[in-house]
Amino acid sequence: MNAWFAEVAATFTKCFIKDDRWQLLLSGIGVTIKVSLLAVIIGIIIGFLIALCNLSKKKPLKIIGGVYTDVIRGTPSVTQLMIIYFVIFATVNLDKWIIAAIAFGVNSGAYVSEIIRAGILSIDKGQTEAGRSLGLSASQTMVRIIAPQAIKNIFPALCNEFIVLIKETAIVGYVGLMDIQKAGDFIKSATYEAFMPLIGTAIIYYVLIKILTLLLSIVEKKLRKSDVR
Amino acid sequence: MIKVKNLHKYFGELEVLRGIDQHIKKGEVVVVIGPSGSGKSTFLRCLNLLEDVTKGDIYVDDELITDRKADVNKIRQKMGMVFQQFNLFPHLTIMENITLAPTLLKKMNKEQAKKRAMELLNRVGLADKAEAYPAQLSGGQKQRVAIARALAMDPEVMLFDEPTSALDPEMVGEVLDVMKELAESGMTMVIVTHEMGFAREVATRVLFIDQGVVQEEGTPQEIFEHAQNERTREFLGKVL
Repeated sequence: MNAWFAEVAATFTKCFIKDDRWQLLLSGIGVTIKVSLLAVIIGIIIGFLIALCNLSKKKPLKIIGGVYTDVIRGTPSVTQLMIIYFVIFATVNLDKWIIAAIAFGVNSGAYVSEIIRAGILSIDKGQTEAGRSLGLSASQTMVRIIAPQAIKNIFPALCNEFIVLIKETAIVGYVGLMDIQKAGDFIKSATYEAFMPLIGTAIIYYVLIKILTLLLSIVEKKLRKSDVR
Repeated sequence: MIKVKNLHKYFGELEVLRGIDQHIKKGEVVVVIGPSGSGKSTFLRCLNLLEDVTKGDIYVDDELITDRKADVNKIRQKMGMVFQQFNLFPHLTIMENITLAPTLLKKMNKEQAKKRAMELLNRVGLADKAEAYPAQLSGGQKQRVAIARALAMDPEVMLFDEPTSALDPEMVGEVLDVMKELAESGMTMVIVTHEMGFAREVATRVLFIDQGVVQEEGTPQEIFEHAQNERTREFLGKVL
């Protein structure tokens, strides 16, 4: 038993302590968070715009929304990431992580748009009519009446999408970014140890997402304030 | 005040309104009755363009509102609307429900709007509910708030789309009382309802709509006691 512990400790030291390898993981966490955060923001903006396109009565907008969702959902996110990085932004001088975040935002936007669309449709038509009958414009009605109610309905689905997005960023190694996954992978190659770096990677992702889930559930409680009966 | 000329409305192939001509004058209380599916609600909803009009003209204060270039939002500010399903905003308090439109549309500042809202809540007997949310109110209370909300924009005319049809019977009275008081104050009103007693008591004019046209109109007495039209008599025979 003691010998087993000693061995685990030795592997742990080799993988994480020696050559300051923990720093790789630490900066990897930074990259993952940076990319995910920006991607979530871009995703929500694109998602909202595409949702409005899909809900619009105007044919051209409907087509744009439809094609966007269709193409993004129909292709793998690795492929999208590489196309955006190596083709679309090939000659643009932007930080790698920003380009990656744009790629994930573009991807997430398609899914977010469907969530938002469903959320808006879930609000009774009478709410729009009441707003418009008071003289509010369509956009005022959307911002002040429909959106605040829709957010409550879509929040759980949106949280789920964020979590998927964070895990999805584990492919940024494809464009040469050192995130958590890539750092774990790097340690694996450097030490010829598979178990410790990969389990370590998994634990870091798990803890990150656990923290996020807890934070989001606090926000959701706040959103439900007006549900008192 | 409101002039309707040859109003037609199609839902797809179905012709719901088949040519309605009406002139609603200031101070009138026009009650619209008729069987369900007759087009009476559609007629009311066309008046503030919640339904787009297929054919025909509607003038409000001599302004052609069915014109493509008409400022719909401005026109709607002159016309309060009360719905069957109340349609209060559930995420806002009663006070916020009432003050939202006046403050957002820059009719008054926050202070004025709040003061006005309290006056209106007093008028409908719900001053103590200002900070409650709609979910905490009964149906009758919700509808009274909805009336206050519409009044907060100081409309020139109030449209009521079956305001008591979704209420429990014991709550109908409180809403009708508010509407009666409003009619007595001289408000121009167009009311679609199944409350015949109320129509008889409050209306200055009754319209009987069936099959998309006004079959008969007149004072409550003319309609309820001396109906000329066969359909009107048949309908009243069933509901009275």
